[in-house]
Amino acid sequence: MNPSANLPPRQATVNDALSRILTFKINDRDVSARDGETILSVASRYNIKIPTLCHLDGLSPYGGCRICVVELKQSGKLVPACITCPQEGAEILTHSQRVVESRKKILELIFSERNHVCAVCVSNGHCELQQLATDLGLTHIHYAYRYPHLAVDASHHRFVLDPNRCVLCLRCVRVCAEIEGAHTWDVMGRGISSQIIADLNQPWGSSPTCTSCGKCVQVCPTGALSEKGKSVAEMVKNQEFLPYLQEMRDKKHY
Amino acid sequence: MTLTLDDLNHIAATENERLGSYKHRINICVAAGCLSCGSGELKAALKDGVKQRGLEERVLVKGVGCMGPCSKGPLVAIHPGNILYQGCSVADVDALLDSLDAEPVEQLRCPANQPFFTKQRKVVLENCGTIDPERIEEYIGAKGYEPLYVALRKMTPGEVIEEVSKSGLRGRGGAGYPTGLKWSTVANAVNETKFVVCNADEGDPGAFMDRSVLESDPNRVLEGMAIGAYAVGANYGYIYVRAEYPLAVKRLKKAIVQAKRIGVLGENIFNSGFSFDVQVRLGAGAFVCGEETALIASIEGHPGKPRPRPPYPAASGLRGCPTLINNVETFANIAPIIRNGGDWFSQIGTTESKGTKVFALAGRVKQTGLIEVAMGTSLREIVFDIGGGIVQDGTFKAVQTGGPSGGCIPEQFLDMGVDYGSLAKVGSIMGSGGMIVMDQHSCMVDVARFFMEFCMSESCGKCVPCRVGTAQIHELLVKIISGRGGISDLAMIEELCSLVKETSLCGLGQTAANPVISTLRYFRDEYLGHIKDKKCVANSCAKAAITEDL
Repeated sequence: MNPSANLPPRQATVNDALSRILTFKINDRDVSARDGETILSVASRYNIKIPTLCHLDGLSPYGGCRICVVELKQSGKLVPACITCPQEGAEILTHSQRVVESRKKILELIFSERNHVCAVCVSNGHCELQQLATDLGLTHIHYAYRYPHLAVDASHHRFVLDPNRCVLCLRCVRVCAEIEGAHTWDVMGRGISSQIIADLNQPWGSSPTCTSCGKCVQVCPTGALSEKGKSVAEMVKNQEFLPYLQEMRDKKHY
Repeated sequence: MTLTLDDLNHIAATENERLGSYKHRINICVAAGCLSCGSGELKAALKDGVKQRGLEERVLVKGVGCMGPCSKGPLVAIHPGNILYQGCSVADVDALLDSLDAEPVEQLRCPANQPFFTKQRKVVLENCGTIDPERIEEYIGAKGYEPLYVALRKMTPGEVIEEVSKSGLRGRGGAGYPTGLKWSTVANAVNETKFVVCNADEGDPGAFMDRSVLESDPNRVLEGMAIGAYAVGANYGYIYVRAEYPLAVKRLKKAIVQAKRIGVLGENIFNSGFSFDVQVRLGAGAFVCGEETALIASIEGHPGKPRPRPPYPAASGLRGCPTLINNVETFANIAPIIRNGGDWFSQIGTTESKGTKVFALAGRVKQTGLIEVAMGTSLREIVFDIGGGIVQDGTFKAVQTGGPSGGCIPEQFLDMGVDYGSLAKVGSIMGSGGMIVMDQHSCMVDVARFFMEFCMSESCGKCVPCRVGTAQIHELLVKIISGRGGISDLAMIEELCSLVKETSLCGLGQTAANPVISTLRYFRDEYLGHIKDKKCVANSCAKAAITEDL
């Protein structure tokens, strides 16, 4: 008997159950949401801005960066807003002191992990990580920098991968696998030695699967993926293609 | 033709008759511990010896599973009489064979009346060390697969769950979730396909309970899984074993083949209409794959990284189907519960924690090995009676339970009975059953660093707090150990510990800080000693590591 034979399609997930309406509170304000909606999407509907990093509309939810943590008042738990669906009657705090401090510390950890030197980065001024630090009022990093030695991959004729700037949000991996369908990018190693690699860790330029579409570069929040030949002021990422592609696919306009 | 109860009884009777036909039975432990110190060669030599003496008709030489006192291996037991010998080697073959119809060999004797054996209560391990794990007939001879027959033919799935709930059994993998509740959640989930998964990805440093059970009594686990599958309505099962356990994998696969041949696995078991098939999946060495959602991802062929819960696997697990995931020891408890009833099981142990718990007793105790005690047995009994006290008459300092997710329990709690609640109260956890005893030579800061290094290298890297937080804490601990630490580093460690605990994605990160938190709670002096006096009270941190130019 082969268990993989005759299996039903993947069962409906929480996101498919849209029948019920939930009422709960965000920052003491009464809000309502469809069952299965995430805290992040409800909050944005009510113009409550929760900072995010690995999350990007149009890509599958990931929940890795933990920048979007919010506090559940009743249980005292910190949960990521991008992947948590609220419960009926929940009381959610998006900007309590504990939440804000946790976000700052997590952001500090991200900065301490690699070599994020804005002054010599092509994304300076157009970087989501830098913007987050500004938004959260981060002035210095009190954790020790790890200063890893990571080699830049400039083998691709149009793009550059600089792992020193990478925050492992995996947007590039997801966009390549889910939208472009190439799955050139993936992660090598685990834990602190995780690294983004092309195919089976070969120079990006020699990757037979890469279509050079550049989607990974556009979704990258930092200067880890950039276009060759662009100056600092020019290296602006354009992510508008994602909602557009999403809409076309939903309407089956292939 | 499916198997009937008569067939089962016939197999049992034939097997017991076969065993009874020998005047002497020599059992040699062939679990990994004894095998590694030469029990394989010893078994071959004993077989040769028996052959040379022409005793094949009267003396049976067979390999059995773990007998417990692993530090004394290779172990040999001679039945009838259960005369246990320790530290046997090929040179002792003649002496052992000479003793068969004469007096026992005194210099090799391992006394059976010592507290190591008398203080134990064996439920999970009842067959370990007595049956040949590679012969399903012996398991059936020991009344194996009878509970499966009872469950399938005499009970409804609801009654099986009822019995398990009544027993009060809680998950033995670490978190201690009530097994009956988990089973009924999966049973109530509406889906045509459901799965049963046995988590045998035991990865805690120093823990080898699951390995021993799989090596010594694999059919026990298969039977528990089959009963669980019947209860929740599943027809497929997976056993996720780490590839570092080749012997367990080999015996498990052999047991599955034999079980299918006999008909206790496969189509229409006991003519009940219930079919169940099991496959073995090998883990590639990632500790995080013991976390249930990462384990599921790994079985599906994806990288072993956890995903957020809910949905819990009971609702949406393997391939999106409701999935029952239990640990090896949990499944091994099922057959006795069905055989003797939930009430019988609930009489063992404490009010909160029922039954027994298998521990891998390791570290600085005289008698290390695999033990099983009733819940509520005090740490003092485990360390000083069963374990025989500290080696070289040293002083007890702490016992570490729960592996990298647990904590260090100091001397003041030695009289505490071990159960889920009491361990949690003192800042540790039951975990899967690793128990490492430490004496005055162990530096608690270094212990914390060891476990933090483990968590750091086993973190999957998905979420930031666990990936970077553990690395930062480890760095700070190394700094303190090497004498470069300051008081502010201690505050930063505490700050990071609570951040990693509160914001990590899965259990690995959420509990990674426990060893540090618990040592800071009970052994803060040692941290301060390293920081202020640049001295390690245990004298274990290498002198060279503490910088001279202070």
